[in-house]
Amino acid sequence: MVKNDTPTGPTAIEVRNLAFHYGASQALFDINIAIPARQVTALIGPSGCGKSTFLRTLNRMNDIIPGVRVEGDILIDNENIYRDKIDVVRLRKRVGMVFQKSNPFPKSIFENVAYGPRIHGMNDKGQLGEIVEQSLRQAALWDEVKDRLGNNAVGLSGGQQQRLCIARALAVQPEILLMDEPASALDPKSTARVEDLIDELKTKYTIVIVTHNMQQAARVSDWTAFFYEGRLVEYGRTKRVFTNPKEKQTEDYITGRFG
Amino acid sequence: MGRDRAIQIGFVGIASSSILVVALIFLFLFKEAAPFAKHPGLAALLDNQWIPVSFQKERFGILPLAAGTVLVTAIAMLVSVPLSALAAVYIAEVAHPLEREILKPFIELLASIPSVVLGFFGLVVLAPLIKQFFGLNTGLNALTGGLLLALMAIPTIVSVSEDAINSVPATYRNGSMALGASRMQTIWRVVVPAALPGILGAVMLGTGRVIGETMAVLMVTGNAALITANPLSPVRTMTASIAAEMGEVPFGSIHYQALFWVGIVLLLITFGLNFIARRISVRYGMMR
Amino acid sequence: MNRQLHETAAVFLLRFTTYAIVGVVGYILLDIIRHGLPVINWAFLSEMPRRAGSEGGILPAIVGTLYLTLGTVAIALPVGIGTAIYLSEYAAPGRLTETIRLAITTLAGVPSIVFGLFGLGLFVLFCQFGPSLLAGSLTLACMVLPTIIVTSEESLRAVPQAFRQASLALGATKWEAIRTAVLPYSVSGIITGAILGIGRAAGETAPILLTVAAFFLPKLPGSIFDQVMALPYHLYILATQHPDTDKVLPLQYGTAFVLLAMVLGLSLGAILIRVHFRRKYKW
Ligand SMILES: Nc1ncnc2c1ncn2[C@@H]1O[C@H](COP(=O)(O)OP(=O)(O)O)[C@@H](O)[C@H]1O
Ligand SMILES: [Mg+2]
Repeated sequence: MVKNDTPTGPTAIEVRNLAFHYGASQALFDINIAIPARQVTALIGPSGCGKSTFLRTLNRMNDIIPGVRVEGDILIDNENIYRDKIDVVRLRKRVGMVFQKSNPFPKSIFENVAYGPRIHGMNDKGQLGEIVEQSLRQAALWDEVKDRLGNNAVGLSGGQQQRLCIARALAVQPEILLMDEPASALDPKSTARVEDLIDELKTKYTIVIVTHNMQQAARVSDWTAFFYEGRLVEYGRTKRVFTNPKEKQTEDYITGRFG
Repeated sequence: MGRDRAIQIGFVGIASSSILVVALIFLFLFKEAAPFAKHPGLAALLDNQWIPVSFQKERFGILPLAAGTVLVTAIAMLVSVPLSALAAVYIAEVAHPLEREILKPFIELLASIPSVVLGFFGLVVLAPLIKQFFGLNTGLNALTGGLLLALMAIPTIVSVSEDAINSVPATYRNGSMALGASRMQTIWRVVVPAALPGILGAVMLGTGRVIGETMAVLMVTGNAALITANPLSPVRTMTASIAAEMGEVPFGSIHYQALFWVGIVLLLITFGLNFIARRISVRYGMMR
Repeated sequence: MNRQLHETAAVFLLRFTTYAIVGVVGYILLDIIRHGLPVINWAFLSEMPRRAGSEGGILPAIVGTLYLTLGTVAIALPVGIGTAIYLSEYAAPGRLTETIRLAITTLAGVPSIVFGLFGLGLFVLFCQFGPSLLAGSLTLACMVLPTIIVTSEESLRAVPQAFRQASLALGATKWEAIRTAVLPYSVSGIITGAILGIGRAAGETAPILLTVAAFFLPKLPGSIFDQVMALPYHLYILATQHPDTDKVLPLQYGTAFVLLAMVLGLSLGAILIRVHFRRKYKW
């Protein structure tokens, strides 16, 4: 299996021989991948191939599902997040996540963004205000909501809600941002905004994004990983994977022959 | 993480308190009742008379009390089951949606009327009516008690049956209608049979409620411990005996112990009914 | 033609039965209101009863019932919410969960007079609380526990899974997620359950008969070890034990009215709260 390019720069996440089981059914087989720091890595593949499962192994969100089993190693900052006695809370603080369907809490915009810092013990009003503003600016939402921070977040449009969720994730100052089809429920205009946003964010954050949209993967990502039936089939620079796939399955998928 | 684990264990503890309470109920009922088994012996409970206070010989037969409960319950169910079933069908299948939104809570309101208030109503309004209608000396009898209990069973049976009817898949109805059956034929031949387990569960819950009801029967059944099948005769139920007599017995006396045995019998009956009702609803997927 | 007639008759029968039930419920309520309301005045609500309840007001019964229900909820609410949290957030399917659920259904079916016997045996005698507010509240708390658990669990389960995930993904511990992203959005259901529990506790007579209620006690309770009068028991006494029940009929109606107003008011309150919160939080 030497079909995978290896990034040369600093690595943010190193995955070795990862296997994952939901009870009796295995969802991931022998995954090896090095995800580069401060770049965007796209995970593509047909529905049900294990993209979300893989993404959730990176912040151990799978832990909340009963009966799951993980084998292999995932290293973040040289720390084995499954082996070492690591603090899942601290891990999830470092590895933020944005979900497919925006899920703001039914409270004010301000309180949504302040939620993370608050549970991590920040109570100072001034400090919270600063973090909220900064996070909303980074999420390119500040100008739209700065006059109505007290309004209920449920009243925002779909695209705004998703950017709010990004701001909420940024407010705990993660190093890595995981996004599971963050734009799949959005209209084209909102999607474009989120894509622009991802482009800006990669200067500061390592981003791993699941998408089923080929164009999106090609537009926003630097690296692309193609999954098929629980296996990592091909991994390389986005440009190379899209123009010159080495594997037949990859080619079939990106040219739309299946999936 | 250690803290989270401790919190989880705390919740397991709190949640287990329901088990503890049930265990304590059984334990303390048996504890108070136990000495009776030695003297005068459990066979005394099978006597056919309940004469707890007597200058000759006290008698502690639960039979007349059980007979009172059975008679009153039978009357209540004979009245409430058909009425409730018809009302449930109407609310679920015929009523306009807005009408349903009003009817169901209104009938459920009946369940929140305190039983002592219903008993009071029975005493001052229903009993005189019964007395007059049948030309009796007193309106305090099994029939009056049964009618009041029917009122208490109706909201339970209507509400649970209506849920059961509602959860019959629409495909059943459509299939039947497509074959040219009329709405009523569809309801009686397809929908109601499909909802029957749920309705049965509802009836059991209602029966449990009726058997356990105390204040209303205490106030209107006349409280004579007779074995009879005559609805116009006064009777004394198991619950009413406990409520009426427990206040006056010396703690620890044989009479006191006998009343605890009555409580145990009640507990076992209602436990059995609930267990079966729960089995039915779990089997037919109407409960988590 | 014949078939049409058949159909119409059947619908009529169904509708007639339903509205007959509605009519009976309405008649009972109207009867109590019609005879009870004229009795209600400030003196009736604020005065002590005199001459074994033949005259005067029902203040100690009102206060006793208030204290009893508050005591009941203070005990049952934490246990009920805790159990609901366990069942909805922690419990994995298995032996323990099954047993807890069976225990809850069992409790829900235990006759109220049996709760009375149990309270007498455990709290009054074994714990030596005597007939008292404490013993009565504990007994009633055991009785209303299932109501509170079931309504609270329902409302916890109604909170979208996405809230829990969002919170956990931000680094909340499981308990923090429950406390900050689940509980706040289920308060309406929890309050509803609490109020239904209060309503049930306020209206029950049988369990307090043996554990707390005083026949005639024209003073307000001073401690949790005191006996109290209570509205339902007072009504029972006036209606059945009073030497001249006909003469005190207005007082009976008045007491019944106050009790009914309290219990139905609570049910109505529960409904309104539910509506209010449903409007406030929609997701
Ligand atoms: N909670 C779960 N329990 C059991 N199986 C699951 C669960 N989530 C996903 N799966 C299974 O794991 C496989 C991978 O799913 P997923 O990671 O969601 O794929 P993708 O995101 O690529 O569409 C699928 O076969 C799916 O059915
Ligand atoms: Mg997915």
